[in-house]
This record gives sequence, structure tokens and C-alpha cells, in this order.
Amino acid sequence: MEKKARPGVARWMGVLPFVLLTPGLALVLLLFLYPLFRLVAQSLLEPTPGFGNYLEVATDPTLWQIIETTLIISAQCTMVTLLLAYPVSYLLSRLPRSRANLLMMFVLLPFWTSLLVRMYAWMVLLGRHGVINEAVISLGLSTKPYPLLYSRFAVIVGMSHFLLPFMVLSLYSTMIGIDRTLIEAASSMGSSFRQTFLRIYLPLSLPGVYAGCLLVFILAMGFYITPALLGSPQETTISVYIQQQIQELNWGEGTAMAVILVAIVVALFIVYDRLLGFDRLFRDVGAQ
Amino acid sequence: MSPARILRGLPDGLLWAYAIGVFSFLVVPLLVVVPVSFSAGMYLQFPPPGFSLHWYQDYFGDPQWIDATRLSLEIALSVVVLAVGLGMLAALAIVRMPFPGIGFIRMLLMTPLIVPSVVVAIAVYSVYVSFHLIGSFIGIVLAHTILALPFTIVLLVAGFQRIDRRLEEASFTMGASVGRTFWHITLPILRPSLFAAAIFAFIASWDEIIMVIFIGGGAGTTLPLRMFNYLRTEINPTIAAVSTLLLAFAIAVFAAAEGFRLRGAARRSGGTV
Repeated sequence: MEKKARPGVARWMGVLPFVLLTPGLALVLLLFLYPLFRLVAQSLLEPTPGFGNYLEVATDPTLWQIIETTLIISAQCTMVTLLLAYPVSYLLSRLPRSRANLLMMFVLLPFWTSLLVRMYAWMVLLGRHGVINEAVISLGLSTKPYPLLYSRFAVIVGMSHFLLPFMVLSLYSTMIGIDRTLIEAASSMGSSFRQTFLRIYLPLSLPGVYAGCLLVFILAMGFYITPALLGSPQETTISVYIQQQIQELNWGEGTAMAVILVAIVVALFIVYDRLLGFDRLFRDVGAQ
Repeated sequence: MSPARILRGLPDGLLWAYAIGVFSFLVVPLLVVVPVSFSAGMYLQFPPPGFSLHWYQDYFGDPQWIDATRLSLEIALSVVVLAVGLGMLAALAIVRMPFPGIGFIRMLLMTPLIVPSVVVAIAVYSVYVSFHLIGSFIGIVLAHTILALPFTIVLLVAGFQRIDRRLEEASFTMGASVGRTFWHITLPILRPSLFAAAIFAFIASWDEIIMVIFIGGGAGTTLPLRMFNYLRTEINPTIAAVSTLLLAFAIAVFAAAEGFRLRGAARRSGGTV
């Protein structure tokens, strides 16, 4: 069929995939995997060789506090986005496809907007003289502004705003595959809303819930900009701490924290892969 | 029939009200920057005390803002060329010439997506310090290409997988060369995927901030980096003008992409039904 008869071409075809893959792979190896490897080395070698940096992390209560803060903020964002996204994804999955696509634009628009524009928008809304405080005061609901910005609340709101589309897409891609006739059958046999939901719909939607929660939690663990701009020092997450250490040229501790963060995230991705398959990630997010 | 009725007992209105609330949460905060940008006040005030184009003049009249914008644009366009080019080569190998171990290589190419940006940034930073690439154009382009590559590969692998190989075989049978077939058959079919990959690569670079906090600065101050420095020190409505312009730009790109996608979807469904 193809010109396999010519031995020269066959030999050429044998190495071609490697030739094609080399530029991309070289870039990733040189500028990503090698630096990452150096990072691990630095965490073990600076300032003195050994596990000193990791012992420091394990014994220093402030560092435990930072890891705990990051985990709690990530969990809170996961809860908030799940609660907001579940009914919306359900509604979208039951609408005719063309209308769902139209409404999906509201979900996707923030995706396309610069993160810093979004950060600024939240500052305008939540600031001391921001939209919400001015409205509250002019309505006479309060005499002095609420300290909304630079707080845990602002960080959760800002991060959830960023993460919500990922949750909606993960849930939607599962819900759209749920067989309606099962639910109709349950309803027609007299099952109540509660029963139908708890016994049939919820269990069928669980893969989407797992996928969305894991993805949102993983992304939240690595957040830097939002806690740095909208949070107070009490919202120092692992990423913020790493940045501070590197800025103070404290490479040993900074890189040790980075390795710990990567370990947590990779562990969660392995769970995702085992539970749902890694390809699902691209289906969920890439479909739109 | 109303769609929400599937779960009997759940009132339609309630579900819609909830959804509208969530959509508002997603979209309304973005729009709040628009009135602020036209404000006549000297600092952040709401409602704005009067109408003025002052902050737009500030932006367009300040070479530092304009230079940062131009730099970001040049970097993003270079990243598009590199990430789409390299992504296409890699996708071609992954789809058309699978060999043992290709799955592992594919996974390696995806790893920049998994690792949190701050970690990638400090890792690249420590290497760039040794090679004097901090603040350099090429340094930022290469770093952004790493982040964009997983997206372009995923989109182009999907694009290649959708191509009906028989079309190419027909072209070969009729005597066209590999190059001619690729140019006249494969590339046109691949166009929507290439377009999507280019947009993703552009956005990945255009909006990128964490990497440039470490490896940018000086001559390498991109628009997001300048905005970030601004947001940390002073908040005056110039940033609202920049944000409004960026928002308008994002909506334009989004509309173009949606238009392209819906047209493509219409054509596809028209072909199969």
C-alpha cells in the first residue's frame, strides 16, 4: 500500500517519530524536568546536606500551620464550588444542547478573562470603599465598612470564582450521560423526589462529583496569586510561603516545601488516574 | 416538556433562580471594572462621581504600559508559533507512529500541567539564574511554551485522531506526494484543532503571571506583571481602564472562538444527520 517496498523509506520511517518528538521533549526535559530534579537536590543539599529542611518542616508548628491552612482553604473551595455547581450542571445537562451551549458561555467567560482582571474586580467589590461596603452603608445597614478584603472570606470567594467552571464542566460531562429513562421510570413508579435523587441520580452522578472535587482540590492546593492579593498573612498558603522563602534566598526551606507540595498534588493525581482515568481530565475540560 | 421536571418534585423556578444566581456570581464581578474605568474620581469610588476618559489617557499615554502590552503580545505570538509547531510534530508522532513507550513520553509532555505553577516557576528561575536568562525575551517565551505545550498536544492529538485516513489514502492513490497530501488534505481538516490550539497557547502566555514574577522583571516586564506590581502597591483606576480593555479583548477572542466552534459543530452535525 504505502511505499514500504523501499528499504530506505522504511528505515527513515522508523526514526521519524523520534525526530518529531525530539524538539518538544527536549524543551520539557531541559526546562522542566531537569530544573525540577535540581529543586529536589537543592532541598536536600542547602544549606547543609541531609534531611535538615524536611525535619524543619516536620517540627516547626508555623510550617504545619501553613500546610493545614492550604488544605483547609482547598477543602472549603471544593465544598463551595460543589454546592454552587451541582444544581447548575444538573439544569444544563437536562436542557436541549443548543440552549445548554448558550448558557455555558456564562460559565466559560471567566475562563477567558485575565486572572488579574478578576483579582482587581474582587478588590473593587470587597474593598473598604468598595461596591458592597458602599451599598451596605448607603442603605443604612451598617455605619462602618466591613473588613471583607484581605481575609479568608475574600480568598475563598476569589478562588471559588476561578475554580467554579472546572467543577461545572466535570459534573456536566457525567450528568449528560445519565440515562433519563431510569429517572423517569423511578418517578412513574411513584418514587418521591428525595428517593429518586438519593437512590438513583446522586449515585449515578458520583463519578462527576469525584472528578470535579479532585480537580478543584488539586488546583486549589497550588494557588498563589489569589491568597497573595486578596488574603491577609493568615492566608499564607504553601505557594505563598515558597515564594517568600525564595525571595529571601532561603532556598533550602523553600525547595523542601515545594517538594512537599508536588508530592501532595502528584499523590492526588494518582488517585484521580486510578479512580477515573487521566484521559477524563482532558475530556471534561477540553470538550469545551 | 420542561427539562427540570425529570426529577419530579423539584420546582423549576427554584432551580432556575439558583442557576441565575450562580451565573451572576460568575459574570457580574467582571463587569464591575467597567464603570470604575470611566470614573472621574481620583481613587476607587463607587458609584463613580462623574464620567471621564482620564484613566484611558493614562494608559495610552504611558510608554511603560504600552511597552508592557507590546511585550506581552510579542511573547504570546511567539509562544503560539512554538507551541503549536512543536505540538503538531509531537501529536503527529503520537497518533500516526505509535511505538512501545509512547504512552510514557506522552505523559512526560503533560507533566507541566500537573505541577503547581509556583514550583515550576522557582525551578525554572534557579536554572535561568545560571544561564543569565532572567528578564530575557527568549527566556520567557521558552518558559511559557512549556506551559502551553500540554494544551496544544492534547488538542492536536484529538484533531489527528478525528481525521479519516481514507481521505489521505485516496490522495496517495491519485499520485499526490506526502507533502502535497499533508498540505492540501491533512492541514485543512486539522484547521479547527489548530485554531483551538493557537488560542489556548495564546491565552496560556498572555495571562501568565506566576512564571514572570520570577523570571520576568526589568526589560521583561509583561502586562500581567505590571498589573500585579500595581495591584500590590497602589490601586488607582488606570488598572480599571486596563482591565476593561482586557475584558473587551477577552470577550472578542471568546466570541470568535465560540463562533468558530458553533459553526464547526453545525457543519459536523449537518454532515452526519
